Amino acid sequence: MNLEIAMTGFVALYVFMLAGFAGWVIIGNVPAILHTPLMSGSNFVHGIVVVGGLYALFNATTSLEQAIGFFAVLLGAGNAAGGYAVTDRMLAMFTTSDAKPNHRHGHAHARVHHLKKS
Amino acid sequence: MLTLLPQLVIGAADLCAAFLFLFGLKRMSSPATAPSGIRVAGVGMIAAVLASFLYVFTVDAAARPHLLVNIALAVTALAIGGGAAWFAGRKVAMTAMPQMVAIYNGMGGGAAGGIAAVELFGSHTHGATQLAVTLLGGLIGAVSLSGSAIAWAKLDGVIKKSLRVKGQQYANAAVMIATLVVAGVILAASLGASGLLLTTPTWIWIFFGLALLFGVLMTLPIGGADMPVVISIYNAFTGLAVGLEGFVLQNPALMIAGMVVGAAGLLLTLLMAKAMNRSVANVLFTNFGTAPKAKAGAIQGEEKPVDASDAAIKMRYATSVIIVPGYGLAAARAQQKLYEFVKLLVAAKVSVKFAIHPVAGRMPGQMDVLLAEAGVPYDMIFQLDDINDDFVTADVALVIGANDVVNPAARTDKSSPIFGMPILNADKAKQVYVVKRGQGKGYSGIVNALFYSPNCEMVYGDAQAVLVKMIEAVRGLGAAAA
Repeated sequence: MNLEIAMTGFVALYVFMLAGFAGWVIIGNVPAILHTPLMSGSNFVHGIVVVGGLYALFNATTSLEQAIGFFAVLLGAGNAAGGYAVTDRMLAMFTTSDAKPNHRHGHAHARVHHLKKS
Repeated sequence: MLTLLPQLVIGAADLCAAFLFLFGLKRMSSPATAPSGIRVAGVGMIAAVLASFLYVFTVDAAARPHLLVNIALAVTALAIGGGAAWFAGRKVAMTAMPQMVAIYNGMGGGAAGGIAAVELFGSHTHGATQLAVTLLGGLIGAVSLSGSAIAWAKLDGVIKKSLRVKGQQYANAAVMIATLVVAGVILAASLGASGLLLTTPTWIWIFFGLALLFGVLMTLPIGGADMPVVISIYNAFTGLAVGLEGFVLQNPALMIAGMVVGAAGLLLTLLMAKAMNRSVANVLFTNFGTAPKAKAGAIQGEEKPVDASDAAIKMRYATSVIIVPGYGLAAARAQQKLYEFVKLLVAAKVSVKFAIHPVAGRMPGQMDVLLAEAGVPYDMIFQLDDINDDFVTADVALVIGANDVVNPAARTDKSSPIFGMPILNADKAKQVYVVKRGQGKGYSGIVNALFYSPNCEMVYGDAQAVLVKMIEAVRGLGAAAA
């Protein structure tokens, strides 16, 4: 069994094209009200670069490569963790109005509690 | 055979991650499902990161002796980078979100640039195509890193002025061309060319130095009002860089995630530019401040002041009120007070809606987040296209901290620098109240014709203080309003 992934030439271009198209369509459906969490969320998604950083660091052979690989992982991890933290915080804030005002009050309390916890 | 199982697990985890990213982003199409969307994507990220530790079983013989050190370095970097960013992300104020996102963007770009650097210094790439893609990804990543750093400094107020020098565009173009030439030299060296004056590693250093310099030079002249476009562009850049390095590392998960984000960033960039009626090139390469100003005296009438409590009582007895918040509201930290006032109006059976302009705030959608933070339910928040026809039938339009986005000159005055920009039709409401610090021009320095129109009255004062007075006025009317 051969598990080598060969992403060469046109195969790579097809992957890029389809992914770009999928991104365009999926993001195009996101309402403007969510554009900030969307941006920080997509920001989080490109944090996957940390995986590439780990690969580069594990294969490093010189001190220079190790140093740069270390920074790549450091920055990539920051990108992923930070992007997730802010997106999750923002999305938790979006609440809908309920018929009962008391209920809404409860929501507000839950939200404040959530912020305090963080 | 020893590497077969790790490869299988890594491949499966990355495939899951790519699927969960797309699925998570898909769930962002509604505020109700969006919180689960980011969690789904988070699961994908954790799976991919954990699985990538299995790479240790697949490393080349040359890297084996260093493996323990490398693993220790990896764990340390993950803990420090992830921990610090997580802590910062949990603490950051919602008004500071644009600069935070700029930092995370820069970090991703820097990581992509770092991967490119390791591949280049270690001569890991095979063939001219792979090397060219590595260089391209490294270039875009490095530009995103230094450009985002400048964007952060501007948004955070560390750099207050936009640095503009005559002939700057030529200098920028020269740096860009020099970077590409150095990339060509590195490429030529790998193909066996000789007589290149310097060693390849030196050229690689110069290449990254120039790329970083270009990011700085490109971002410095761009004004604060254009930051929504800049942040979107760097989001797209980092995505693109990650996608390209994914190709170099033969990792489809990086390719897909990077390209999806690249497309997303591009879409948001175009939306923002459209909302300002400017092309992306116009934002990047021209200086907004130098646009011709509308001539003074072209506007008839005068600004009419009104008392905050009078305006509040008028709104209390109105049938429908539309509120147009701008960044000035957030600058005065008055969102909470505004929602307190709105709750009083709603209790008095007034229909209240918020109208949001796409460029309200320093990044796309920031005003929506700031209102959500104050507790405003999202079904009260409407975007430009959905609400613009409602102003005609609204009794009152309350403009707080917004200026250019309600300037009717954008519709009528061809000499205005903002002519053609889509605006909120606040001027079409029966009565307009504008809460403003004092007489004066907006962020862009353009005179606002709305302030002089017969149906508009000005409430002068700090937004927070004005809203406190408005709340008192409505409460003073008695139980019916409370």
